[in-house]
This record gives sequence, C-alpha cells and structure tokens, in this order.
Amino acid sequence: MSYQPVLTSHVSEPSSYTLDFYMKHLRGYEGLRMALTLKPNDVIEQVKASGLRGRGGAGFPTGMKWQFVLKDTPKPKYICCNADESEPGTFKDHVLMERNPHLLIEGCAIACYAIGAKIAYIYIRGEFFHVQQILEAEIEKAYKAGYLGKNIFGSGFDCDVFVHRGAGAYEAGEETALIESLEGKRAQPRLKPPFPAVEGLYNCPTAVNNVETLCNVPLIVLNGAEWFAALGPEKNGGPKLFCVSGHVKNPGVYEASMHTTLRELVYDYAGGIRGDRQLKAIIPGGSSVPLMLPNQLDTPASFDGIQKAGSLLGSAGLIVLDDTVCMVWLAMNLLHFYRHESCGKCTPCREGCDWLYKLLQRLERGEGREKDLDLLFGVSNNIIGKTLCAFGDAAATPVLSTMKLFRHEYEAHVREGRCTLPADWRRKGEVLAGAH
Amino acid sequence: MEYAPARFHRSERKLAEPGEPFTYTPENQAKFDQVVTRYPPDRRKSAILYALYLVQNQQGYITAAGMRHVAEQIGCTAAEVEDVVSYYTMFYTRPVGKYVLNVCRTLSCALLGAERVTDELSEKLGIKPGETDPSGTFTLMEVECLGACDRAPIVMVNDDWHEGLTPDQCSKFVDEIRARGQAAFSGCHLKKE
Repeated sequence: MSYQPVLTSHVSEPSSYTLDFYMKHLRGYEGLRMALTLKPNDVIEQVKASGLRGRGGAGFPTGMKWQFVLKDTPKPKYICCNADESEPGTFKDHVLMERNPHLLIEGCAIACYAIGAKIAYIYIRGEFFHVQQILEAEIEKAYKAGYLGKNIFGSGFDCDVFVHRGAGAYEAGEETALIESLEGKRAQPRLKPPFPAVEGLYNCPTAVNNVETLCNVPLIVLNGAEWFAALGPEKNGGPKLFCVSGHVKNPGVYEASMHTTLRELVYDYAGGIRGDRQLKAIIPGGSSVPLMLPNQLDTPASFDGIQKAGSLLGSAGLIVLDDTVCMVWLAMNLLHFYRHESCGKCTPCREGCDWLYKLLQRLERGEGREKDLDLLFGVSNNIIGKTLCAFGDAAATPVLSTMKLFRHEYEAHVREGRCTLPADWRRKGEVLAGAH
Repeated sequence: MEYAPARFHRSERKLAEPGEPFTYTPENQAKFDQVVTRYPPDRRKSAILYALYLVQNQQGYITAAGMRHVAEQIGCTAAEVEDVVSYYTMFYTRPVGKYVLNVCRTLSCALLGAERVTDELSEKLGIKPGETDPSGTFTLMEVECLGACDRAPIVMVNDDWHEGLTPDQCSKFVDEIRARGQAAFSGCHLKKE
C-alpha cells in the first residue's frame, strides 16, 4: 500500500476539478505543451513504449490503436472518448470526470495531436448529467485559457473537445455502437472490419479510447514511458483504478498498481467483508467476466494476472459476494440486465438473453426441471461467439461461470424446488451504504 | 420471486397520440442551433439526441408532434426520429410524473437491498414500477446499472441522484420530496467531498 496515487491524488479536495487547481498542483497542460513540441508520431511511439493498455475492458495497447489510424487520407480524423461507463460494478470514469476533468481534456487534446485529429467527442452516458455539467463548464474554461481552440500554444495546432450526451444504452459502450450513436442512430454495433481506425465516425479514421486511458496520456508525456511502465508489472504498467462494490465495508474507487492482489483490494483497501461474513466469490472485472473463488485471492489484479487465473480484468469493477448470495439469483439479476440492454441486432443475443432470463427465473422460483440446466448451457453456448460484438459473450458468461463453479446450487434449486438460500438475507440484510 | 414487468421496456413503447402542434421555444431553438454546429454540416443527425432532450425538457415527454419537429430540424424523416426515440431508455413517449424515481436494480445495488427499495417505494406511493401516481407527482421505474455502485442503492430522480437510499428511509424520502422538492436529494457524494 505504499503506492502514491497519480490519477486521483487530489480528488478528495473540494476544488480539485477547477482549472486553477489543476494548473497549481497538477502541472496542468504541461503535458500538452510538451507533446506539441514533439512530432505526432513521437507521441505515439512514447505511448507505445509505455505499454499503456486500454482501460475500458479489452486491454488493447493504446499506442498500437493510434498507429492503426489511417494517416494517408484527405478525410478528417476523430478521437471519441468513451465515457459511457455502464458496465455493472464500474464507476471509475465517473470520479475522473467529476473530480479531475482537465486531465481528461488534456488527454483528449494530446490524443488528437497524435493521430492528426482536430475534434474529440466525449460520449458521456445520459445518466451522468451532473458530471456533464462540470465537464462542459471546465471545457469552456480551457477554451478561454487557450488550451483548446485555435493555434494552441502558438503551435498552429487546432483542437475542439465536445461533450455528447447519450440517452441510456449500455451497448453504446461498444466502440462501433458508440460511433453509430454519435452519428444519431440506434447504438448498434457494426460489422468489423473495417475497424474504426480506418472507417469510424462519419466513415473517417477514428480512435475510440476510454476515459481512464486518455487520462493516463498526459502523465506519460510528462513523466516518460519508463516511469509509467515501472509503476506496474511487465506489460501491465501504469496506475489503475479499481472499483470495489458489493459486500465490502468500504466500497469505492481505489487507485493502485497492478502488482496489487485481489486480497489487498478486498481486505486492505475496501476493509474486508461487511459483517465479517465469509467471502463466496468475486467478480473481478465488471459483470461480464467469469467469477473467481476465495482461493484465487492472491492473484495480482493485472490484465495478465487475472487472465491467467481464468477470468478477465475487464473494466476493473470488483463485485464482492458474501455467503448470503444465491448464484442462481445472481445470474438471473445479471441476465435481466443483459436482456434489457441487448441492442437487438443479432438474433442469438436478442433471443438468447430472454431465454436465459426466463430459464433462470423458473429455476429461482423453484419450478426448474433437470433438463433446464442443459438447456441453459446449450443456449449460452449458442450465443457465445455468434454475435457481432462482445456483448453476447458477456451475457452468457454469468450463466456459464456460475454453472461451472456452483453447479450444485443449480441442482439443489431443481431438487428442492426452491431457492436454497433465504431471500431474506438479501432483502432484509443490513444496508451498508446507508451508514455513511 | 416474480419481477414486475418492465412497462417501459423499449419494445412495448407506443407512439403517443398526435396532440398539440409542437415547436421549440426561441430559447431552445437557439440552444439547438448552437449545438448542431459541433458536428459537420452534413451530419446534423448527430444532434438528434440533444434535440430530443430539448423536446422532453420542454414538454415533459416526447409526442409525435415533437418527433416531427425534430425531424424538420435535423432534416430526416419522422420514422428515423422514432427509431432513435424507441431505442434509448431515457426518452419517455408518454407523460411521466414530476419526479421520476429510477431505482437501480442491477447487481451491486441489488446486493444491498435495491429490490426492497422498489417494494417500499411502491407501497408508499401505491403504484407499481412503470406507473405514475394519480396526482402525477411520482413515476416509479426500475433501471439498470447507474454507475455509482459504491453508494448503493442508488436512485436517479430526473437528472439528479440520491445515494445510499436504504429500504427503511424510503417512506421518509418520499415525504421529503413532497415537502422540499429537489433539496431532498443527496446529490452525488463526489460533489461534496
């Protein structure tokens, strides 16, 4: 726990979101000034050397993403910042945008410079209206101070940053769906290739980056690629925000290096399980990744570490589950989410999520049959890999993962004709969040 | 356990009956004209979500006349506008109450009692999720993850937030809103820290 936060170092101070504060305490816009003295390609090389991986979920190297953006084209290029933070269990971008918005604005400007774009759109989810107001006011200030707009720092580089408000669609977090939504259509994914780097927004070369990813960019330019890489294990460098929620004493966003283990995150940072109950399982990266068991707690919370343990770091949304949680109920709750949020474009996902939800509801009600378990398995496997985007895989994961690790609970539901854990535990349990 | 059907599920939405003609107030027209310049001139459709928010803020919900007005503003067909309206969950195509209580029901909130929050609010207001009370003051909705899982259970009221609403506080919360309006909401904790 000797780690010193860099992304969220000052977020608890009341004025941390202001331009004055950013300039005074956080070397504000120095990164942009420095980047503008470099060649765009050198900025990309620096980000590549840092090993920065996308913080949105896939962990794809950001420098490579930028390098793929088509350079020889008369078309304009775009940066789209993905601020449609909707993955259940994830709430890190929220903090960055609300408490440190200038870091994101600076990151957008540097990213634009690196790929040769003049406009960055920040696509923010509609539910974050209070965040959007702060962000827009701070962008306004950045324009007035000359950090955005025409001829920034006299370098001849022009850059505009606009906030675009979504209207409630989880699927808009998928990069091509985000682009569709930005174009004023339904947020439904496109067939890839062509990838956004070649044909993205308005059919122009586009890079779509997560908020946390872009916030790391000014730090890399300022402090160097080696500094960044040294903050974490090999290929998992840099600061990382972890969102811990569920049955823990102190849920919240914690910044740490990716050396940190899941045990440290749950027991040191988040204070352990509420009521000192038994830990049953952890979802390490937002609702779309496989569950992990208590005996895997010593896994380092890095992209590679968690992948090796059979799950994914995803968006680093840790949902901690104690022994009062019924796994069939958990799958049912998540499938209600996926059923509602499925964009409806691909049949396996659109129909399959509804099927899965209905089957799980039947099991949880105690009306499940023996063959329903095979049916769940079959339907899930008919969604995975058969959809345009990763949503389908994400939706089937809670079912397959809980069935793999807790099959006995499913069988008990069928055998005893009821939910085997008292629902009262969940419905009447002490509610921690009210205590603050 | 049976969940109440999500009445505002997008596939079940109906287009509102054609009513009064709709045009933006001069103020909203100016806002739209300003925002549309953020996008390339041949890509006015990008401003469609913003245009629809303006209609909803002006009218409380989005009528067919409102959609036609947006179509004129954007330069597309009314069908294209309805296509968008029917997809996004934050647009209402029928009247809602003055306060729309959106209770998050996804995992992290559910683990900390969100189901009972909905039950308690439902009992207090005498309406089921998806319904509006007879006085038109409250609409109760269940929504999916709002992205503030550390302060569960979360309720979004119109564009404001109320965090950490425990089941036993629900009844008082409703009374507080009746008495004090917006001031009853806790807002986002980040603003205060």
